[in-house]
Amino acid sequence: MAGNTSEKWQGGLLGWIDARFPLSSMWYDHLAKYYAPKNFNFWYYFGSLALMVLVLQIITGIWLTMNYKPDASLAFNSVEYIMRDVNWGWLIRYMHSTGASFFFIVVYLHMFRGLIYGSFKKPRELIWIFGMIIYVCLMAEAFMGYLLPWGQMSYWGAQVIISLFGAIPGIGDSLALWIRGDFVIADATLNRFFAFHVIAVPIVLLALVVLHILALHEVGSNSPDGVEIKKHKGADGIPLDGIPFHPYYTVKDIVGVAVFLIVFCSVVFFMPEMGGWFLERDNFIPADPLKTPTHIVPLWYFTPFYAILRAVPDKFLGVVAMGGAIFALFLLPWLDRSPVKSIRYRGTVYKTAVAVFVVSFVALGYLGTQPATPVMTNFARLFSVLYFGFFASLLIIPSFEKTKPVPDRVTS
Amino acid sequence: MKKQLFVLLLALAPAWAFAAGGEGIHLDKANIDPTNTQSLQRGARLFVNYCLSCHSASLMRYERMGKDLGISEELVSENLMFTGGKVGELMTVATAPADAKEWFGTVPPDLSVIARARGVDWLYTYLRSFYLDDSRHIGVNNLVFPDVGMPHVLWELQGWQEPIITTVKDHEGKETKVVDLELVEPGLLTPKEYDRAIRDLVNFLDYMGEPAKHERRALGVKVVMFLFLFLVLAYLLKREYWKDVH
Repeated sequence: MAGNTSEKWQGGLLGWIDARFPLSSMWYDHLAKYYAPKNFNFWYYFGSLALMVLVLQIITGIWLTMNYKPDASLAFNSVEYIMRDVNWGWLIRYMHSTGASFFFIVVYLHMFRGLIYGSFKKPRELIWIFGMIIYVCLMAEAFMGYLLPWGQMSYWGAQVIISLFGAIPGIGDSLALWIRGDFVIADATLNRFFAFHVIAVPIVLLALVVLHILALHEVGSNSPDGVEIKKHKGADGIPLDGIPFHPYYTVKDIVGVAVFLIVFCSVVFFMPEMGGWFLERDNFIPADPLKTPTHIVPLWYFTPFYAILRAVPDKFLGVVAMGGAIFALFLLPWLDRSPVKSIRYRGTVYKTAVAVFVVSFVALGYLGTQPATPVMTNFARLFSVLYFGFFASLLIIPSFEKTKPVPDRVTS
Repeated sequence: MKKQLFVLLLALAPAWAFAAGGEGIHLDKANIDPTNTQSLQRGARLFVNYCLSCHSASLMRYERMGKDLGISEELVSENLMFTGGKVGELMTVATAPADAKEWFGTVPPDLSVIARARGVDWLYTYLRSFYLDDSRHIGVNNLVFPDVGMPHVLWELQGWQEPIITTVKDHEGKETKVVDLELVEPGLLTPKEYDRAIRDLVNFLDYMGEPAKHERRALGVKVVMFLFLFLVLAYLLKREYWKDVH
């Protein structure tokens, strides 16, 4: 923003830098003069928390790579070497493994916020799309990272997921072979997954996070009321309901960080396996290509989609349904055409639809962890239909929905 | 919003309803006490005497074990190391994998992280569930791990058990076989002493699965206490700044 030039310090080191690099103007544009609605609530903590977890994952990840060996004959033992012989290795490893699960917890809550307050709607479609690509990259990152400890679940989980590509008609088998680099998951697979996990995907993730934030700062933040604060500006050009992100939201987010870290550290220090949800028991058995575990379960953050996959009797159509379940989220800005953004002013039908969607997602997540018995599969089918039904219902709900009047200014 | 959350939780109830239901055999609670150093020391002695001749613990160092369990280096190398070598070495095993495969039909698994893979209750029940079975070439079988390749190595401590099979009918008339074990030939230890010995051994296996566990918990208390203090300060800072937001 050009208006900030007058704010620049004229002399000193900062002046010298500002004449060569937009340091002050970046500071103002993105923090000190980025105006955010003053009524952010609980749901707005998860954006900054996601950023913090990303940094945490990258830093702990760097330290893990210092002792980890991406080699099928050494990988499992090198992780235990980190746990035993590397100073503070256990802490770094647990922070990384717990961080992976918490990344998804935080991101799911962040996405839910976007859903209920209509933050994906015009003019924020691109923010949502960038966010969705981040989510997909995150899934790839987590999936490939999970192979690295080279335990039984690492191995067989990867075997199952990659074999899904084999379901694609025609090219499937050669595609799966090309991804693995071998006829089964093997050393070649471990090496390339390591390369993607520590270099390729993190670079893409960081770039996407920058795009996500740039797009957000271009249009400004939504509010829990779905009200645009830029509509009402004071004589000074500052939104009347806006407050500078720094210091107001930086100090507020620190409170969120403190609460988050209490929960996070409680898991890291007192229950790093989280009863088998964050670190699976079978993954403490080294990968054995000759012994298939009786019950192969992906980690909890994939299980809703895994349940949808298994609910469809045909393998290829199952893969299509699973992909569709993720792709449907991309389409959200164009499916829900209601002019009212926030759930606060939407009708009962819409609120019910969101509740059904949340219940379906959680139930599918649970079903994905269970053996696929006939009863469970039927439940999975029911909830899969409800999951997709939510997206379909968005197309018709606005046509008859009685929405409440949206206030002109944000409520406090 | 609170009402909505409540309705949501209610709606989730059916999802939890089918969460119930057990699997397989009943496991006895191991009730180990990781802070009991004496129990860990006794477990270590049992481990090196009875397990380490076939099973390795190749991720564990003798030195670390001695340090964590309060055993001096001299005692470790004199009483707990049968292979010679230095205390800094890993707890490997001399048996060649090919030989082991021939003798037991399978290579005995490394036990470094077995407690994390199987769980302490499983190990505790398993090690107390061997029974005589003439149909098998090793003469024994196990309730928890049917057709296991491992002989009853601890027989001289426990003695021998025989199965008593009773058929129970439930209220729907479905018949289920319940296998109970009866001690037919006592060993060196009474059943109570044997249970305690196994508890010690499982305690040691659990320690070995994660030697840093004790340190982790002790540090965790300090970290979380600090974070609560930090939360109070962070909240006061936030409140101070937000005074002028109306």
